Amino acid sequence: MNTRKIISVAVGVLVPIALLAWWYLASAGSLNPFFPPLRDIVVRFKELWLFDHFATDVLPSLGNLFVGFAIAVILGVALGFAMATVPVLNAMLSPVVQFLRGIPPVALIPILITLVGFGNEMRVASIVIAAMFPTMLSTIDGIRSVEPGLKDVGAVYRFSRGDRLLRVYLPSSLPQIVSGMQVSLQVAFIVMIASEMLGSSQGIGAMTLLAQQSFMSADMWAGILLLGLIGFLTNILFDLVKNRVLSWYVSSKRLERAA
Amino acid sequence: MSTLGTRTGTTSPRPGELLLKVDGLAKSYTSKGKRTDIIGNLTFSVNAGEVVCLVGPSGVGKTTLLKCLAGLHPSTGGEMSIDGRRIYSPPPEMALVFQDYSRSLMPWLTVEKNLRLPLRHLRLPQSEVRTRILDALAAVGLSHAAKQYPWELSGGMQQRVAIARALAYRPEILIMDEPFASVDAQTRFDLEDLVLKIRDDYGMTVLLVTHDIDEAVYLSDRIVAIGLRPAVVLEELTVDLPLPRNQLDTRALPRFAELRNHTLSLIQHASAKPTPSAMEDAVPGAAGAPA
Repeated sequence: MNTRKIISVAVGVLVPIALLAWWYLASAGSLNPFFPPLRDIVVRFKELWLFDHFATDVLPSLGNLFVGFAIAVILGVALGFAMATVPVLNAMLSPVVQFLRGIPPVALIPILITLVGFGNEMRVASIVIAAMFPTMLSTIDGIRSVEPGLKDVGAVYRFSRGDRLLRVYLPSSLPQIVSGMQVSLQVAFIVMIASEMLGSSQGIGAMTLLAQQSFMSADMWAGILLLGLIGFLTNILFDLVKNRVLSWYVSSKRLERAA
Repeated sequence: MSTLGTRTGTTSPRPGELLLKVDGLAKSYTSKGKRTDIIGNLTFSVNAGEVVCLVGPSGVGKTTLLKCLAGLHPSTGGEMSIDGRRIYSPPPEMALVFQDYSRSLMPWLTVEKNLRLPLRHLRLPQSEVRTRILDALAAVGLSHAAKQYPWELSGGMQQRVAIARALAYRPEILIMDEPFASVDAQTRFDLEDLVLKIRDDYGMTVLLVTHDIDEAVYLSDRIVAIGLRPAVVLEELTVDLPLPRNQLDTRALPRFAELRNHTLSLIQHASAKPTPSAMEDAVPGAAGAPA
């Protein structure tokens, strides 16, 4: 590792630590009810999440997030594939899709509450509907931009239809699909919290909102801290999986830049 | 060599017999009510075991011709047949090597898996698949690169991979679209010799499209010179240079220069015709040998 890289890693670690230290010191004597000392927040964080409410509130939230995200990705890729490869389907669905994706995802939640009720199904359904679009649209883009030369190879060598879809189109558009999935994951996370804040008593979002409404600022901050951590960690996890699945893409781009 | 290039169930032509026939091929596009003829009434044939080069100036529609031949584009007139059967869609007896190697290999597959992919639907026994892949890689001198990705290789090596992929597919005819247009001169010579070696070792028929006249003369048994536009056959000439050929000696033969100059003058003449105002000034006399 060269010096420049060491410095950039060190800076990346030290700046957040410095910010935390600053927050800790600056808030130490705070009497402001909205900005409690970080020390209190950390204490509440430990009491609430490690591990009192972990099973009852954190796990269900995470469960909804991942189930909703997984269904959204499967539907998004399947629909994207269908729309990109069947022109009639595209002509039929494209206007609807363009309209639906223009609606802010959170605005769909009231409709779903009316339709499905307040249960877990509603939350998962909101996540699925909102998170499906980024993956779907990037899948369509990805398939449309498959190298014409590779399509010709598939035709000349008489690949079966299945091979064409799964062994040419899918891997070729995977980089785009995956970056769509990353956006989907962020949307899923937002909708997960929002769906818990409406008419729910369970989940991290619900607890955080409840804490705010009952003037338990430390609890509220602890909730926000947890949400930040979850968002941060899921993104890291996603990047790890991405770099593994797309290792050919990552390395070929790196080589291209180096050349 | 074993029973290369033959497919069970079909009787493929013996060397010297007619393999590919193009009869009155025409291709035109209509856009905004205006018809553009790319190819007009093109007739030629390729016999089994031959190396035939189609030579023509840039923009003559050579790639369009190959795409019609490979069944990728529908033609708008005439007919083509291979082994006596008409071509409507990509025929199983044919493999294509594209000009742009970097866009014709799957970057997510290793070299070996790139070769394996077209064999999947042939439903061959695994041992046969392995043999074909190892053979093909050895033939192009890339046995050591089986586990590498195409983008880790140089341009010339990538084009070798594309050739190996075609070899492993064991077609009766190998069609190449300006395959060496984007590699350096030394690599180009190596790859030309590789094509001749493949013809000798595998008994494979090769139809190669190029705008490089020297290359056409060096490689061919026969040259089909194509002129502008719409593309028609200007002349077919037999290349009576001795075999085996050799980059140093063959290119130094007086006969090589004669054939080269003859072909060049044909093509320059043809290039000059359709736009008299601009072209005739640029090509005085049209028939001169290059300086």
